[in-house]
This record gives sequence, structure tokens and C-alpha cells, in this order.
Amino acid sequence: MSEVDSNIDRHWQRFTLKQKLSRYAVYLSFMIALILSLRTVQVIPEFFYDAPEQIADLFSRMWPISFEFYQISVHDAMIETLNIATLGTLVTLVFAVPLAFMNASNIVDSPWSHWVAKFFLVSSRSINSLVWALLFVAIFGPGVIAGVLAIAFRSVGFIGKLLAEAIEEINMGSVEALRATGAPWGAVLLKGYWPQVKPAFFSIVLFRWDINVRESAVLGLVGAGGIGIVLNNSMNLFEWQQVAMSLIAIFVIVILAEVLVVNIRKHLI
Amino acid sequence: MAELGITPVKDYKNPFPRNWLTTGLWIVVAGYLLYTVQSLGLSWSRFSEGLQHAGTLLDRMFPPNFSRWELLFSGLAESLEIAIISSVVGIFFSLFFGLFAARNLMPNIVSVPMRGFIALCRSFHPIIVAILFVKSVGFGALAGILTLIIASVGFIAKLFAEAIEEISLKQVEAIRATGASFTSVILFSVLPQVFSRFIGFSTYQLDSNLRNSTMVGIVGAGGLGGTLFSAFQRFDYDFVSAILITIIALILFWEFLSNVVRSIFSE
Repeated sequence: MSEVDSNIDRHWQRFTLKQKLSRYAVYLSFMIALILSLRTVQVIPEFFYDAPEQIADLFSRMWPISFEFYQISVHDAMIETLNIATLGTLVTLVFAVPLAFMNASNIVDSPWSHWVAKFFLVSSRSINSLVWALLFVAIFGPGVIAGVLAIAFRSVGFIGKLLAEAIEEINMGSVEALRATGAPWGAVLLKGYWPQVKPAFFSIVLFRWDINVRESAVLGLVGAGGIGIVLNNSMNLFEWQQVAMSLIAIFVIVILAEVLVVNIRKHLI
Repeated sequence: MAELGITPVKDYKNPFPRNWLTTGLWIVVAGYLLYTVQSLGLSWSRFSEGLQHAGTLLDRMFPPNFSRWELLFSGLAESLEIAIISSVVGIFFSLFFGLFAARNLMPNIVSVPMRGFIALCRSFHPIIVAILFVKSVGFGALAGILTLIIASVGFIAKLFAEAIEEISLKQVEAIRATGASFTSVILFSVLPQVFSRFIGFSTYQLDSNLRNSTMVGIVGAGGLGGTLFSAFQRFDYDFVSAILITIIALILFWEFLSNVVRSIFSE
């Protein structure tokens, strides 16, 4: 009887002591990080109280929007931006597809190849597209070519990683059947892997294209072509009405690209 | 052949017939490539000339120069400060904005303007938002913090609202049936269902804010990006490579740290 009583009195706990302590350690270190950052960050409070007034002033300078500026330079720059995004996405595929093959364990079964592919994919993703653009502007000089390469190098990591994951998820039955007939590796890739990866491939590429349209709109700020150059010039001249026109053009293009991609993806999947 | 009883197949069908849609797509892509190379003025001579520059650039970037580590460290600290503060504030606001934008909890008159506001936060690239804030609140970390708050709201509030729209309404009805107030309904029936997903979005956004905080400095909004941009403009390429290595190391370290945190919370 006494044994049963002691069992009933035991207190049930959801987490062990170690789990609790490690969770509290995470909360505590996060709070310390937050307090440290709030204490040391260099913010001038007067600027903060002033902000709403300044923002209102900025918008009042933007009005009325200079619509005639669209014909003068926004239109051509916008076409250039779209071309940079599209060409960059196409150039990416040249690098991303082989890296995805190297990274997919059901195509190349060697840890070395996975490490090499991972290294390129991770370094492509951890450097921002603007930083890639700075590098390529230093190499090729200001212009479209730097923008295209910046977009291409930034997208390699994204497309390569997602494509490799899509390849690893396929059903190996048809690949094994093709291999059993003695098909060469090209035919196995084209008729075994490709039909299963195709919908995922197009949806990944379209998704990245949508992101690239957004990114190529700002690359011009560091001199890599497109609408960003027009935006930067008007800002340096304090022509806020022209800035407003460029911003509206970017907004419209970004929304249109997103609507287009969402609709195509609906048909694909 | 005939004595074996096998007759060769005459009209066999190609199992892989030509797909005209695919062929058409290839032709369109090839035509597009020709058109862009023409219209953007890309040429092989310019490209090969650039490759020579790339050689000298890489030569000057190596070995990386860490001698001005104090500058590097202060930029890094500012990036971290921007990332942490903006994530906390942005996540805090998104909690409310997400609730107000959920169509199954709020009347249209609240949710439609809220969704519009969130969509507006999402639609501009952080760099453009950063430019506008630099013009209105001046150079420095404040502009970066405000920019990344906007970016966090645009991302988390949208996903959080979608998560709330997917919850099971049975628990909400059960709590409502007890006569609970609106706050109790939110606290005891809605939040428990979506909280784990909210934590997931927040850790992702913290990661993304850290990456972006090393970039907003390019337009003057504080952090390591400003150091990087001025090093580029002074052609200090060995310092540039030191900064780039620091950024990559920071992001790899952060990914390691967030894996540790995730394993602690998934036990």
C-alpha cells in the first residue's frame, strides 16, 4: 500500500532538468544580447522623434508624381531591368544544374562531390546580390554585364539547393528500369530523372525569376545597370517627383511578375 | 527469323515522340538570348577583358588584410545590434498585425486594410526602404533598424495570418461557448494552435535579418555593409576580402547556433 502511495504522490514534469536549463540558457542569452544591443547601439533619439515629420516631408516633395519621366528614361531602364533578371536566371542554370547533380545523392554517390557542391552553393547564398554586384562592377566596370552576373551568381545557391532536393525525392523505379535496358547515362538523365523533376524545376526557376526581378531593380544603386541607376541619379539630384515615378514603376513590375508566376505555377502543379 | 516465328515489327512507334511545346520553348529561349545580347550590348571582347581584371582583382584580394580589425569589429557589432533589435520589434508588431489580418477572426473592415498594409511592406526591396529611411532619419543604425522592422512585418505577419486562417475553429467555438472574452479566445484557443509555427517563422526571420543587416549599410543605414562599401570605393580589396570572409563566417556560425537552439526546442 505504501508503495502505491509514493507513486501517486510523484509530481509529473513535462521537461527534464537538463531540457529546462538549456531552454532558460537560450532565453537568458537572448535577453542579454537584446539588452546589450539596446544599450550600445548608436541611435540619436532626436532623429527618431523627428522621423514622422521627415517622412511626411519626403512624401510631400514626391507629389505631384512626374509621369512624363516615364517616357524619358524609366521605360527603357525597366526593360533593361527585366532583361537582367531573365538573362541572369538563364545564365544561373548553366552553373546550378551541374552543381545540383553533384549535390544529389541519387545521381553522384560520392561525399567529395557533395562537399564541393555544398561549398559553392553555400558561398553563393551567403553573399548578398548587392555585394556580388559590387564585386562584378569592380571587375567588368559599371553596366549590365555586372548586373547579369551578380543575379546569376546569387541564384546558383538557391536553384542548386532546391533542385538537388527535388531530384533526391524522385521515385527511382523508372531510372532503374532504364538502367536495366542498358541505356546510356544521357538517356537515363533525360528519360528517367527529367520527367519527374520537370514540374519542380520550372516552378523553382519561375520562383527565382520573381525574386530576381525584385533584386535587379536595386542593383543599379551600385552601378550594375537597370532602373536602379535612374533611381540613384534622380535621388542625387533631389528630384523626388522622378524618384516617385521610378518607385511606382518598380512596384507595378514586381506585382505583375508575382501575379504571372503564381498563375503559371498553378497550371504547372 | 521466319523459322523462329518472329516477324520484325514494321510500323513501330517512337516511344519518345518530339514534343513541339518543348521545341518551341527552346527556340524562344535561343531567340531571347540573341535579342538580349544585341540589345544589352554584351560582347565577348568586353567579357574577356573583364576576366583579366578579375585576375588582378583576386591577386589584390589575397591575402586578406585583418589589420584594421577594430573597424571590422565595430561594423560587425552594429550589424548584430541592428539584426537583434529589428527582429524583436518586428516580431512583436507582427504578432498583432497577423491577428488583425486573419480573415477568420476579424471582420473585413479590419482585415482588408491590414492585409494591404502588410503587402505594401513586402513589395519593396529592403534596400529601397532603407534609402527612404536614410533620407528621412539620417545615416546610421536607426535607418537600418526601421528598414528591417518593415521587412520582418512584411514576412512574418503575412505567414502568421495564413497560419491563423488554417486553424481548427472547434476549439475557438468551445472557448467562445464558455462566454470567454475576446482576449481569452485569442490566448487560449488561437495562440496555442499557431505558436510553434510562429516560433519557426521568427527564427527564420532572425536569420534573414542578420543577412540583410550586413547589406543595408551600402546605402548608409549602418552596419558592416557601410564598411564594405567604403572599402570598395577606396579600392582596399584586401580589406574587402577580410570583410567578406567575416560575413560568411558570421552566417555559418549563426546557422550552427540556430541548429543548436532548434535541437534544444525540438526535444
